[in-house]
Amino acid sequence: MTDIAWIDLALTAARPQALGALLRYFRDLDIAEEAFQEACLRAIKTWPDKGPPRDPAAWLIFVGRNSGIDVVRKRSKNDPLPEEEAFSDLSDAEGDMADRLDNSHYRDDILRLMFICCHPDLPATQQIALALRIVSGLSVAQIARAFLVGDSAMEQRITRAKARVAKAGVPFETPGPLERAERLGIVSSMIYLVFNEGYSAGITNPDSAAFCDEAIRLARLLLRIFPAEPEIMGLLALMLLQHSRARTRIDKDGQIVLLEDQDRSRWDSKLINEALALLDKAIRHRKPGPYQVQAAISALHARAPTPKDTDWKEITMLYGLLERIQPSPVVTLNKAVAVSKLEGPEAALDMIAPLADKLDGYFYFHGVKGGLMMQAGRKPEAREAFDRAIALANSAAECAHIRQQIDKLGAVTPLVE
Amino acid sequence: MLYAILCYAHEETVFAWSKEEEDAVMARLIEVQAPYAQAGKLGPVGRLMPTTAATTVRKGKEEPLVLDGPFAETKEVLLGFYTLDVETLEEAVAFSKALSVVNPGSSSYEIRPFYVFHPGEIKNSETKT
Repeated sequence: MTDIAWIDLALTAARPQALGALLRYFRDLDIAEEAFQEACLRAIKTWPDKGPPRDPAAWLIFVGRNSGIDVVRKRSKNDPLPEEEAFSDLSDAEGDMADRLDNSHYRDDILRLMFICCHPDLPATQQIALALRIVSGLSVAQIARAFLVGDSAMEQRITRAKARVAKAGVPFETPGPLERAERLGIVSSMIYLVFNEGYSAGITNPDSAAFCDEAIRLARLLLRIFPAEPEIMGLLALMLLQHSRARTRIDKDGQIVLLEDQDRSRWDSKLINEALALLDKAIRHRKPGPYQVQAAISALHARAPTPKDTDWKEITMLYGLLERIQPSPVVTLNKAVAVSKLEGPEAALDMIAPLADKLDGYFYFHGVKGGLMMQAGRKPEAREAFDRAIALANSAAECAHIRQQIDKLGAVTPLVE
Repeated sequence: MLYAILCYAHEETVFAWSKEEEDAVMARLIEVQAPYAQAGKLGPVGRLMPTTAATTVRKGKEEPLVLDGPFAETKEVLLGFYTLDVETLEEAVAFSKALSVVNPGSSSYEIRPFYVFHPGEIKNSETKT
């Protein structure tokens, strides 16, 4: 790795903490970003000669704070110079800065930076784009490629989202415990959105696949600053487990490979082991939550050497728990799949029958229903469900997967219209 | 003398390495280790999982406390270790310097002489990467 490549990584790693602190000082996202940018340029100029600082984030905050003041002065050329007190104590340098970094301020700085990307008025895709731009520091071009839009369209989208955030007002006061817990929950969902965008769009677009790594990085960061939160451990474990199968869930022709057909020897054991360690830690807290339960289910798959060894009884039990803490028809649908492994397709079909109305527009529902019908030998009904699934497929890969199922059905008596 | 060589670095940076970067660094590190391994001087070498996977047990007034996270919240954290059986501190220093040269960014190596408490043998292949 060259010096520049290392510096680039160090700048990216320090970004959330440094930008978060600069946002707190200047109370303006644009000024904070400009100040951070300026500090990064200085870093690229000086670090190769002088060597990297031991604490890159502290260095960037210190340098960024000074450049930020220049930015403010330039902007208000015609106004009187701002009072130094307008910013958080700028007079004293290093000593004060070290104190600030060592206390808990920076946790809330990072959380705030993530939280402002989750404004409820912003649709999911804009939250994802904003978080990747502001928190992760991905370039507009990178994000645009992942969303298959042009650079200028993405630039506009991000600018609009930022304006929205600025208009809503950034919450600068230190949050109380309840508020902090609420923010953690909202930020966790945003991180999972980023992951899922990468997980689903990444099948066909390698530019989105990088989102999965990014989401994992954000979750690690969040857990590092809130180390005793079992749901963050659960979220990170869940994403690590799902990501451990990235190499096997799509075959070389771009077709979806079902969990039971995947080559388990190619699952990433490093990610799985980290996830299992996190899950063990989370369980000690005895505060189950949706991410922990989903991770526990995923871990049971990871622990089974072959599909036959899967502990479906435990999985059914865990889906039951998930139904209680976060009831949703999709959870019941997943539980039905587990039940079908234990009791056969008819029992599962009985379970999903009441979901038909709520999940009528959901690809996966019809796919599962078709599969169960096929197992039960009810071919015409299977065909009908698969046809519905194809109509609702979100990607060519999903479509092709269902076609394969239809091929397995073989010749079927045509349906009477 | 037996030395434990403890490697400290910024984990945000190290865990942000791409697969290619990681492989390149590992190849260079293994190159440094190879002569020591061939001479039978290199003991177990470990890479620690991220500090987010760490748990700390601290002696409390009554029962020991179990805390989430690493022992100390520091900028640079313990990321891995080597065990090395060499004659002199000079050799241990040379080994560590060679590692630091091929390891990008800022990393520090703490050299700690130690006694073998239990040679041990790890049979579970899952814990090996």
